Amino acid sequence: MSTTVPAAAGEVREEVSRADGRPRDDRPRRMTDRARKERNLGWLLAGPAFFVMLAVTAYPIANAVWYSLFDFRLTDPDGRSFIGLGNYVTILTDGLFWRQFGVTAAITVVTVAVEFVLGFALALVMHRALYLRKSVRTAILVPYGIITVVSAYAWQYAFTPAYGFVNPLFGSDLNWFGDTLPSLFVICLSEIWKTTPFMSLLLLAGLAQIPSTYIEAAKVDGATAWQRFRKVIVPNMKGAIMVALLFRTLDAFRIFDNVFIMTQGANGTETLSFLAYRQTITRVMIGLGSGVSVILAIIVLLIAFLFIKGFKVNLAEQRGS
Amino acid sequence: MARRGAPGVATARRRRSSPARRRVALATALTLSGVVLAACGGGDTSGAPQLTWYLNNQAQQPLAEACNEQADGAYEIETSLLPNAAAGQREQLLRRLAAGDRTVDILSLDPPFMAEFANAEFLRPFTDEEREEFSEGVLDGPLEQAIYQDTMFSAPFYGNTQLLWYKKSVAEEAGLDPENEEVTWDQVIEAAEQTGTTVAVQGRRNESLMVWVNALVESAGGRILSEDSQGLPADEVDAVIDSEAGAEAARIMNTIATSSVAPPGLSTAGEEESRAAFQSENGGFMVNWPYVWKAFEAAEEAGVVPEGFRDDVAWTRYPQVIPGEASATPLGGIGLSVGAYSENPEAAVEAVRCLRSPESQKEYMLTAGDPGASEEIYDDPEIQEAFPMYEAIREGLTEAAPRPISAYYGDVTGAVQQGYHPPDELVPAVTPEFTAEFIEGVLSNDQML
Repeated sequence: MSTTVPAAAGEVREEVSRADGRPRDDRPRRMTDRARKERNLGWLLAGPAFFVMLAVTAYPIANAVWYSLFDFRLTDPDGRSFIGLGNYVTILTDGLFWRQFGVTAAITVVTVAVEFVLGFALALVMHRALYLRKSVRTAILVPYGIITVVSAYAWQYAFTPAYGFVNPLFGSDLNWFGDTLPSLFVICLSEIWKTTPFMSLLLLAGLAQIPSTYIEAAKVDGATAWQRFRKVIVPNMKGAIMVALLFRTLDAFRIFDNVFIMTQGANGTETLSFLAYRQTITRVMIGLGSGVSVILAIIVLLIAFLFIKGFKVNLAEQRGS
Repeated sequence: MARRGAPGVATARRRRSSPARRRVALATALTLSGVVLAACGGGDTSGAPQLTWYLNNQAQQPLAEACNEQADGAYEIETSLLPNAAAGQREQLLRRLAAGDRTVDILSLDPPFMAEFANAEFLRPFTDEEREEFSEGVLDGPLEQAIYQDTMFSAPFYGNTQLLWYKKSVAEEAGLDPENEEVTWDQVIEAAEQTGTTVAVQGRRNESLMVWVNALVESAGGRILSEDSQGLPADEVDAVIDSEAGAEAARIMNTIATSSVAPPGLSTAGEEESRAAFQSENGGFMVNWPYVWKAFEAAEEAGVVPEGFRDDVAWTRYPQVIPGEASATPLGGIGLSVGAYSENPEAAVEAVRCLRSPESQKEYMLTAGDPGASEEIYDDPEIQEAFPMYEAIREGLTEAAPRPISAYYGDVTGAVQQGYHPPDELVPAVTPEFTAEFIEGVLSNDQML
């Protein structure tokens, strides 16, 4: 993909030597002094963070995988026994897991799709705003600054039949949290309201990267606004779109707060994170809960992999390294 | 460590910084090290053993202060407030104790969770003498739920029971006389139907739903777990809710939820939503804890309900399921337990003695509205005046049916809450069987919750 980031000096030299027509593998690749120093500096700067990350993420992950092989209840430490993949069999053969997988996937698809469309529109507004640019951006970003639990409570109160304002507003007497679909509707609404700004922020970054000359050239060529959007803007911000969709999909798939506050998982609104929470924290079944968490992590990795493959965007290449 | 590190920071800065900045740096370093040291220390040097009491209600705080004064240096109770909901309280205490937290000296423990804690050896059992002392004059219900496998793990502090609250005008219109004759659920439903009023119950999927299910099943002569399940390993526990009693419970719950007597939002209604439904114009009947009496008073003062609202409100014993057979009243409350990892168990027991003394119970009942566990409280004129329903409470606490006393109560209640929810979808022929299988499936780790 075409980018405007200048290549590093070492690379320029490599390009030049290849341009000579000599096969690249002919001579032993020696690292220049500068490259070596850069590498060392890189390690010096990022190394401590890397080891901290290992300690705070790799260790707990390995620990969770290990625990998931045990039948282990926190209130019965003596009864702990190794059962191999038994927990995974329990989880994957339990209809509950698949039902909650379905609920989670539905929430993810609906919220990310709506957020993407709304987010794109808001990004365009923020990008094009001529007046009050800062105020517009701030106003759009406000919901993202609110803690999820707080916004969940706010939406819950708004929709509660006894004292919420939504029912009187529409003259209805629906118990929003009494059934699956209305509950999921409110959960999705709250989720969309809260995270659309994040989506639009990421997309705005992509919009800002498109050189205005591209759009001007398209205009000169007689492209309509829709054609410019489809043929110039979207293809040139593919990377940003992927990042925005990927981040939000991963977030949405791990949804917990809204469900926890609004329904406590009642009426078939439980999600996979909630399932992991219930097994690990409520039931203190550390083994089973770790199993659910591991499966959740694998699904998340899979989503990330599919996105990166599906969009055919190499983020590393984009950086010009 | 902090002390050694701090001057080092200051020295390093000396080379470059101005004297003013140096002073600021030094002051900051000293302050920080002070904070760190204070945080590490925690201990008091005055000699009085420090006890931490994990409260489930902020209103218990003054009791700690009063006991500290009485103790005169024998101990010093600090308090720490637990989350609002019963499930949240259990989670925090469980995780602290599983990690061997030595600061958990005294716990305000919801009785259904006691067996689970005791079985995991998280609680210090009370000795025989202590048991005798803490059982003296305690009403049957609170006492029963303080004992696990013939050992007392929780000293009864206060008990709680639900009553049937009704509007006199509504009962009269329906020709019901709950004051003089026991009523059944069916009669209550019929009366509400006739008068176009509601029956407020707790249909939300949390512990209050379990309270309702248990009371209905027990009142119908059934049980959720078999009597001899108490000491058995998880996969051998016998769920016996698949019975006629279980079906009766499902029938009554479903009838309320699907008829005109269901208040709006029944499947998400907790205690407060029930109270709001009862307070509204078409409220007729409600089952709820006695705290509502004080709440009605507050609502009157705030103008939420018309003045004189309480004149029309009356109460009676929890409704029967089988006509003529006494109801098993719901039972709640709090027991005081001593943590197994406490560094001062003797002082903690001493503190429990003070915190649950009849004087403390009375004080707490008057301020928080939660009924004391000791019988003598109810003979006190001050209590009788503040709680005109004191006799119904005492009766409720005596004839109560505790929720299943099981080391796996958390799983049992979770399974029942899923099986018996939402109330409008219960099927008497299916729900009990499904629930029984679900309880056993979850306990034997074949199914998830």
